[in-house]
Amino acid sequence: MPQYMLLIYTPVDGPPPGSDPEQTAKWFEYTQALQDAGVHIGGEALQPVDSATTVRVRDGETQIIDGPFAETKEFLAGYYALDCPDLDTALGWAAKMPNIHYGTTEVRPVVDFSKVMAEAAQAEAQQQ
Amino acid sequence: MISRDERRPGADHPAAAVEQAFREERAAVLATLIRHVGDFQLAEDAVQDAFASAVATWERDGVPANRGAWLTTTARRKAIDRLRRTRSLADRADRLAELARIDAQEHRPDDAEAEESAVADDRLRLIFTCCHPALALPARVALTLRMLGGLTAGEIARAFLVTEPTMRQRISRAKRKIADAHIPYRVPPDDQLPDRLHGVLMVVYLIFNEGYDATEGDRLVRGELCSEAIRLGRLLAKLMPDDPEVLGLLALMLLHDSRRGARVDASGRYVPLDQQDRSRWDQGRIREGVRTLERALPLMRPGPYQLQAAIAAAHTEPETDWRQIAELYGALGRITPSAVVEVNRAVAVAFAHGAAAGLGLLAPLLDDAALQSYQPLHAAHAELLRRAGDEAGAARAYERAIDLSSNAVERTELEHRLARLRT
Repeated sequence: MPQYMLLIYTPVDGPPPGSDPEQTAKWFEYTQALQDAGVHIGGEALQPVDSATTVRVRDGETQIIDGPFAETKEFLAGYYALDCPDLDTALGWAAKMPNIHYGTTEVRPVVDFSKVMAEAAQAEAQQQ
Repeated sequence: MISRDERRPGADHPAAAVEQAFREERAAVLATLIRHVGDFQLAEDAVQDAFASAVATWERDGVPANRGAWLTTTARRKAIDRLRRTRSLADRADRLAELARIDAQEHRPDDAEAEESAVADDRLRLIFTCCHPALALPARVALTLRMLGGLTAGEIARAFLVTEPTMRQRISRAKRKIADAHIPYRVPPDDQLPDRLHGVLMVVYLIFNEGYDATEGDRLVRGELCSEAIRLGRLLAKLMPDDPEVLGLLALMLLHDSRRGARVDASGRYVPLDQQDRSRWDQGRIREGVRTLERALPLMRPGPYQLQAAIAAAHTEPETDWRQIAELYGALGRITPSAVVEVNRAVAVAFAHGAAAGLGLLAPLLDDAALQSYQPLHAAHAELLRRAGDEAGAARAYERAIDLSSNAVERTELEHRLARLRT
């Protein structure tokens, strides 16, 4: 079954995660609903973007920079990984997120490496 | 699509039969094959192969009685051939087994009726998938024209004034997204159907308008867009005969299209509705449009397409009932408020109740900062001021509307009116 990442973006000036008990309860309920439906693979909330550190290595030199990869008005606040039969199902779950009325969720299909590896192996076997 | 069925080239014209089958059967064959093989690109290639093989086979063995069934079976076998040749498809074995199963099951006589309704469902599946909201609007339009209309990427590119490689890329990217993101090949479930159908109708109407409101570009190709949108509208009306907005949209397109020939005169000048030569209106289109609208109204679920069709129908009456048209615009504005509707309502009210009443409705729009460069507002304002006898005001408004015109035909008409005002 295809897997999808639901990347949860929230406005920089929005409430920090865990600050509103009512909202937190809604997230727990939502996670429970995902588990009950048998689509939940994993998911985490992230600390606010102030806590981000960006790392890259260029010409052998490690560069460490305070702040997120890109300065934007909305930042990545967390994710869910879901097992869904198709995109519509994943979009349906995204539309039910507790913050969907002020935040934005990006839905991305996950690369199926077992399929990629199987295709590569098959191609190799046929070449020999 | 149906009307062409009458003159079927017989066995003595196999080439013509293939050509006709391409126009009439391709979308249905393709729609079914996508369900069988689960892949847009593979299905498209296999259908192409099937038509190529029809040219030689029909010449040799005669034209089959059921061309669609012949093409579907042949395309499925071509897909099997293609899958066998593909070296690196992880689920190749599963797909081949599934195709073999379908192939073995075919033509059980008791299934004929079920098969026919499945084929109709396939075309709906194809329409809904091509118009899926997870695809960008230009991609939905292009994919619909390519898959259902059978237009080539080059033809679509010319109609939308982009280069052919750009259009080809747009279409293949859309097909890739359908595969990679697993966009389901289905008619949406009931709870999503109204929203999704609205999206489909929007794509069809956009195709129509792209052809109808030719701001620039190849007029011949644009005429094809109108015909293609009407064909899609007829198909939807056949497949979803109980949806009043599906009927409303088809009626609207037919009624607009009935005036296509009369909108521009011999010198290419735009002719406004009230000055059009009514003898050049296509009466067949008008009758079909009115009949279609009459099928929608008893369903008692009014919507924007039905209201617009009712307005278009009212304009075909020998004596225009402006009161009724003003009321219809009022109802339309309550469902879908917009500046376009408000400007048209003001014009209708001016005809029904005098220029002053119309100008009163335009006043708040003219104060709206967001509408300062909205050309139709200033064109209507000029017209109503002229009728109210304010020539200086009308001249200023005409000049503004001319400055804002992007359409040469329309600009010429406004310049013409301004010149008449000054004599």
